[in-house]
Amino acid sequence: MMMTTRPIDGDTAGDLLRQMQTIRAFETRIESLFKDGELPGFVHSCAGQEAIAVGVCSRLTRSDYITSTHRGHGHAIAKGIALDAIFAELYGKEAGTCHGRGGSMHVADFSIGMLGANGIVGGGFGIAVGAAFTVRYQQRQDVAVCFFGDGAANKGTFHESLNFAGVHDLPVVFVCENNRYAQFTDASYTTAVTDISVRAASYGIKGESIDGNDLLAVIDSAERAIDRARAGGGPTLINMATYRHSGHFVGDAEEYRKRGDVQANREQNDPIARFIERVVADGLLTNADVATVQTTVDAQIDAAHAFAVAAPFPDPADAMSYVFTEGVKR
Amino acid sequence: MTFGQATLEAMQFAMDEDPNVVVVGEDISWGGNFGQFRGLIDRYGPTRVVDMPISESLIVAMSVGASVSGLRVVASMSFVEFTLGAMDEIVNQAAKFRYMFGGQVSVPIVLRASDGIRGSSGAQHSSSLEGMFCNIPGIKVVAPSNGSDAKGLLRAAIADPDPVVYLEHKKITGQRGEVVDGDHIVPLGSARVAREGTDISIVTYSNMVNHALEAAIVLAEEGVSVEVVDLRSLVPVDIETVVVSAMKTGVVLAAHESWTVGGFGAELLAQIREAVHDQSQLRTYRLGARSAPIPFSPALEPAIVPGATDIVTEVRRILAP
Repeated sequence: MMMTTRPIDGDTAGDLLRQMQTIRAFETRIESLFKDGELPGFVHSCAGQEAIAVGVCSRLTRSDYITSTHRGHGHAIAKGIALDAIFAELYGKEAGTCHGRGGSMHVADFSIGMLGANGIVGGGFGIAVGAAFTVRYQQRQDVAVCFFGDGAANKGTFHESLNFAGVHDLPVVFVCENNRYAQFTDASYTTAVTDISVRAASYGIKGESIDGNDLLAVIDSAERAIDRARAGGGPTLINMATYRHSGHFVGDAEEYRKRGDVQANREQNDPIARFIERVVADGLLTNADVATVQTTVDAQIDAAHAFAVAAPFPDPADAMSYVFTEGVKR
Repeated sequence: MTFGQATLEAMQFAMDEDPNVVVVGEDISWGGNFGQFRGLIDRYGPTRVVDMPISESLIVAMSVGASVSGLRVVASMSFVEFTLGAMDEIVNQAAKFRYMFGGQVSVPIVLRASDGIRGSSGAQHSSSLEGMFCNIPGIKVVAPSNGSDAKGLLRAAIADPDPVVYLEHKKITGQRGEVVDGDHIVPLGSARVAREGTDISIVTYSNMVNHALEAAIVLAEEGVSVEVVDLRSLVPVDIETVVVSAMKTGVVLAAHESWTVGGFGAELLAQIREAVHDQSQLRTYRLGARSAPIPFSPALEPAIVPGATDIVTEVRRILAP
């Protein structure tokens, strides 16, 4: 994979770093809280995959759409969800994005086009296609991005959705976060051709494969695909190679992964460390700048955490709210 | 006009009124399996009347995605059995979106599906699955028995902000009858007393209403006065109208073509009993299909699924001194 030569300035570098650090700090805090028994339910961490969420969303506007996965906190944060609200949602609080009805796997903010994290693997394909269908129908300039994992690529919904998107040249970009594990199972056990992008040929759409832990490569690739979709050039399927720092869910014993492999990826293939090394070497940021970003992010996470802890739970008397649209006979 | 043509009129009123109403489904530019979509393509064109691949999961998921981004989608699922290939999308996405996302969005989609006994359609094209849909919070379920209601309920279903499963019975889709002229809306959750009587209430829906009315004529000749309540929509269900009838006759027979075990009749009778304070004067019975896949042979099909003569027999048995 080629190193990108994309030119960026110091402000942009700082902003991109801040977003990746925000996701990392959020996931790190959530993992710690969950292990301490502070958080209800269970959570899936996207630590290690931040470059994809941040890089792709950096090319989107507020009115563009994304669909996400069970590992969706990073996508939500990169699309612009309020930290207070997502944190409160993970605590099941009324101030959460979904008033505590959703939780970690269903964080959503439709006001910014974030059409939901989705607990059903492969659930987002058709929803993204539907949003792209609306965009086309209403002759808008927006695009829809469907984030999915390599595990989801083996669902029938992948085929059904990419086929239809290809037939109609819909403005949708399919971004595979290929972290090599479908839940607990290595792709070599489940997937005949592990570079998912080659399947694009089956649908008459563009496909490409990139290093998903190289933030600038992600931005370049996303820009090509998103610009093409906006211009009416149809869908793109992008395979972005990445690696989960944690297990499938927080607390996963990870007996299916070699300790050395995990360690090597954390040390040598961390998207944030790689980006910092790059921008410091290029003179875009100083080590002091990097430290300042970290301090700022930590303070934001502290504040969001405190907000979530202090926020009230939903009233059990409202447990039936939102089953159907209010004011309609049920 | 036929039941199917009545639904076509409802579609036209809805599509003329709101340019964001679109129709998607397999074969619909050709009119659909029973001609219910015939002519829509000529009137509204292929951007609003979209032929879909045989990809039921996609049809429902795309409808959900399109509806939460600004459209109202009517999706033809063809035979009701084909909804099973999209059950994940119906149950886990369409039905749950509003609740699990804390009321941020509504999901205005209508899933039209042909169900019921038409005669030797075989095990995979004869089912009635309403009981399954009624078990899922977040979706509404409609099952009209005649053309006017088909028109009025479809109009209401398309206008409704929530997902509606609209079940159109295969046997009556092509049947002719009187249909109300012009625009016509039947609110969801409004049952109709299809025939007044004093001895027994048959509470039913879809084509079983027609079987019950036929049975009522036979029983009237024997001096038995049958009241027939047509539910029209199952979720929401107009339990008040049902209870009024139950209190009047004191005897209720819940009847449907779908399987008795775990069927909607059992739920209906439970709801009636919960609503009636003094149950000592209330007798409740149910009549539905026996627990077998629906057989093909004309000799076997009626041995599994009840019709008008079975209702007559059952009412005679219930009211026998």
